[in-house]
Amino acid sequence: MMYEICDLRLSFPDMAHKPLLGAAPRIEVLKGLSFDVPKGAILGIVGGSGSGKSTLGRAMLRLIEPDSGSIKFDGTDITHLPEEKLRQLRQRFQMIFQDPMSSLNPRRRVGGIIAGPLRLHGLDNLSSRVDEALDMVGLPRTFALRYPNELSGGQRQRVGIARAIALRPDFILADEIVSGLDVSSQAQVLNLLGELVRELGLTLAFISHDLSVIRRLCNRVLVLHHGVIVEEAETSALFDAPQADYTRDLLAAIPLPDPYQSWK
Amino acid sequence: MKSYLSVRNLNVRLKSGPVILRSVSLDVAAGQVHGLVGESGAGKSMIGKAVLGTLPRALEISSGEIWLDGTNLLTLSPAERRRRIGVTAALIPQDPLTALNPSKRIGPQITRRLVDILGWTKADAEARARELLDEVHIPNPDRVMRSYPHELSGGMRQRILIASAFAAEPKLIIADEPTTALDVTVQKQILRLINEMQTRHGTALLFVTHDLGVVSKVCDTLSVLYAGKVIEDARMHRFFMRPIHPYSRALLAATPTYTDPTGSLTPVPDAVIATVEEEVRLHDMRAGT
Repeated sequence: MMYEICDLRLSFPDMAHKPLLGAAPRIEVLKGLSFDVPKGAILGIVGGSGSGKSTLGRAMLRLIEPDSGSIKFDGTDITHLPEEKLRQLRQRFQMIFQDPMSSLNPRRRVGGIIAGPLRLHGLDNLSSRVDEALDMVGLPRTFALRYPNELSGGQRQRVGIARAIALRPDFILADEIVSGLDVSSQAQVLNLLGELVRELGLTLAFISHDLSVIRRLCNRVLVLHHGVIVEEAETSALFDAPQADYTRDLLAAIPLPDPYQSWK
Repeated sequence: MKSYLSVRNLNVRLKSGPVILRSVSLDVAAGQVHGLVGESGAGKSMIGKAVLGTLPRALEISSGEIWLDGTNLLTLSPAERRRRIGVTAALIPQDPLTALNPSKRIGPQITRRLVDILGWTKADAEARARELLDEVHIPNPDRVMRSYPHELSGGMRQRILIASAFAAEPKLIIADEPTTALDVTVQKQILRLINEMQTRHGTALLFVTHDLGVVSKVCDTLSVLYAGKVIEDARMHRFFMRPIHPYSRALLAATPTYTDPTGSLTPVPDAVIATVEEEVRLHDMRAGT
């Protein structure tokens, strides 16, 4: 198993209701989640806004520390692992962010952006690794000299992917990485990600609010609603016979580009 | 059928030269919904802004006509034009949080338009606002009128903007990506609400969106834009059943649908891009720009 997650709970302080003196009340965001991510799986995580899907993703990468429960990454319990120990593991799990414009440093060239994490983890042969990463995401090597603002949205997102795969991780978390893109670049990025995952034998968690995109890419789906897993199933099973009411509502609400779809 | 909005050969350019809209023509009749679709940068929002007179300062209308309820807006003086637009047209914006003033209560934000532009009395305007909030299915309108925007959910805020757009019974409403910021389940409610309001009030609606799924649910007719040029004009059913232009077909093929188990997605092919780019180039040559 890539991930074994058991009774994961996480809360944030509710600053809007903090009394003048004393601690703020807590808002529970993840309410006891348990699930496994097998190696090589492409897991889709869907849910509405505020369902906790991004928080779950950040907890899986230990960007935030959960209150209780356990997260095992490839057999190692990382739930409360101190940062020094985590750092060695971080090379093995990487993240691709939603908005490439705010996650790529506008003052650094693409090459420097991709090399950043490589340098941080003390790797050598930086330029050949950067070239290789650019090759894999289908960008010309000359792009290493460009700045993010010279690229289109789809190209920027490819840079985000290149930065994540350059470290040769075992696991990648992609958080809404196509929601800011036009359908055409979205199709390109999804096709690319699918190919890379198969080629490199990666395990992927793909957070999205868009079930159509999930069906295209993922082989397992987790449906979150108000911090609870309401359904977990194989992709085809989920779409052919959704079990939870919330999943059915979600599917029924998607407007398909088909004038004859019943949408009442 | 009489068109409430008729845009004829509208050309918009940056004052520094580059062309933004290329001879755009379209009509929206009373009670009809016309969709504007295209990828980002295609100029779909700019058409709405040109009609409402809210183009960014760096842009200018170089030629064309915008007929709103029988008057060509571009022949009017700026002050007269603003007044006409204020009385006959309204906007439903994309992001309900930035469109509402965070430091003012909801009530005055709806009534201001009625009082300032149409000269209603405060009491009449408030009664009307309450009636409208009821019409957009907001429970307890009195409480909501006293609330601040941050106290309400995204769907609720969008309902308020819809109510506010219909407040002065405009003949034309421009909706610019009104549900892009919302969850699908909320989006469905809001789209149905917009349709319901628009049908009841017989308003002409210009609906800007990048989502072809949404178009198939709310529009009667549509224009597909690329680089500020109308690539295809169609009635909605015909467009989805038999798209004519290769670019339209490519856009449809690139749109993921959860009902398709193979989930094959074809990005817009380079050959199709070359075709539309050539059309744009030919247009510019003929226009002599």
